[in-house]
Amino acid sequence: MSSAIRIERVSKSFDAGAPVLRDLNLDIRPSEIVSLLGPSGCGKSTLLRLLSGLERDHEGRLLVDGNEVVAPSREVGFMFQEPRLLPWLSVRDNITFGLDAKARRQADPLVRELIEQVQLGECANLLPRQLSGGMAQRVALARSLATEPGVLLLDEPFSAVDALTRMRLQELLLSVWQRRRFTMLLVTHDIDEALYLSDRVAVLTGRPAAVREIVHVDLPRPRDRRAQDILRLRAHLLEALRVAGSNQLTGYGTPFGV
Amino acid sequence: MRSNTRTRPAQSAPQVAADDARRATSLRAAPLLALALPVALLVVWFLATDAAQVFRANQLPSPTQVLRTAADLAAGGDLLRHVSASVGRVLTGFAIGATLALLVSVLVGLSKVVEQALDPTLQGIRSVPSLAWVPFLLLWMGIGETPRVTLIAIGAFFPVYVNLVSGIRNVDRKLVEVGYVFGLSRAELVRRIIVPAALPYLLTGLRVGLGQAWLFLVAAELIASVSGLGFMLIDGQNSARPDIMMVAILTLALLGKLSDGLLRTVERRALAWTDTFQGR
Repeated sequence: MSSAIRIERVSKSFDAGAPVLRDLNLDIRPSEIVSLLGPSGCGKSTLLRLLSGLERDHEGRLLVDGNEVVAPSREVGFMFQEPRLLPWLSVRDNITFGLDAKARRQADPLVRELIEQVQLGECANLLPRQLSGGMAQRVALARSLATEPGVLLLDEPFSAVDALTRMRLQELLLSVWQRRRFTMLLVTHDIDEALYLSDRVAVLTGRPAAVREIVHVDLPRPRDRRAQDILRLRAHLLEALRVAGSNQLTGYGTPFGV
Repeated sequence: MRSNTRTRPAQSAPQVAADDARRATSLRAAPLLALALPVALLVVWFLATDAAQVFRANQLPSPTQVLRTAADLAAGGDLLRHVSASVGRVLTGFAIGATLALLVSVLVGLSKVVEQALDPTLQGIRSVPSLAWVPFLLLWMGIGETPRVTLIAIGAFFPVYVNLVSGIRNVDRKLVEVGYVFGLSRAELVRRIIVPAALPYLLTGLRVGLGQAWLFLVAAELIASVSGLGFMLIDGQNSARPDIMMVAILTLALLGKLSDGLLRTVERRALAWTDTFQGR
């Protein structure tokens, strides 16, 4: 049910431009939650899109469960920054969108369970235009999990909702994860989100991105967002990000003193 | 996206109810409002003919005269014969033209190469007026139903084609990516994402295409025909019966409006999911 991810010396550039990723390495254990934190535009999303198979033509190796990623597959779920629901389908049909025709027709107990887990029981027949932003993102979460992927990739999934909704969605994500234990790789700008969710936080350098530092968050869940340990790590990450960001302003390459 | 949970309580329940009531009233009043203009025209027509006799009967027959002629034609079975001939041609031609347009538009919409190969030629053909086709179609296909239905199919093809191609090119790339993420095949992508997303354009194309099918019908029936509303027009002209011409014209208008109304109903049902400006 849950898969390991191995990212081995991955480099990527677009159309002979400057490289976006250079020699990036990262290993993720099954069921682990890892956040990618880095200056904006550093290539975090590119890494995620490569892993999902949406983007191609990279150097190095990308392995999910020991298999090279060559194209999108139902083994790897993807959650976008926006809900991207299909506006002509009901909540239920959006959630089952990724399933094959036979599974879609059957009232699959898995789907019912998913709808309950994301707390959309009464909304199954609504259309996307009738949903709030937070509800829509919950549908998107259920949709990306309906194919029971071993890996869930999340590209700033909660960045467009208000702070309170974001916290609720983070709690919901964890509660679903606790039952299903998929491996999660999450791109975020939000240090608090990274600290609340992750086992490890990978801080990336500016373009071309490489892993600058990995911070372990060895704290039991559910975490207190204002605990001393969290605040200490928060200050540390903020400093690491500041250095990574200033590196980006001076161009590329390794800054002196690192 | 934005959180509606925040804005929703701001609009109170009585406010929503009032809005709904206002909308319902305006909807109920809509048919009456739509009838105002035709009724006014009818009154003017009556005043100019029967009442004030501004026009002579051989220039513009009066509404009562037209109604009598229509009743006669209906009683004799002629009206039904012409109407069913025309409706049959329009439906056949429209079905053929729209189906072909659907296939060609999907190919052109999906592929830049196919677009470059086909679109310039199609745009050229599109600008040929309906009447210009008639002599050649007769030359190639002889006299019969085939050239007529072909001409109507040509007329229905282009509105569907133009609208659906631009509909496909307007599909949100982000929705297409959802299909990629789930590993949809090309055919599934077309069926489950591209065509539904382009549906508003397709339905507009079908409505305009059906309208154009009626326009091309008259061109098709003006020449070498013994039935249909276009034939009635010519026949009325040749036998100096403007009342018959008027019956044909009014029937065409009525049928055109009726068929468009049917498609509009389909459109409203099929597009209930859209979240677009509806006018105020």
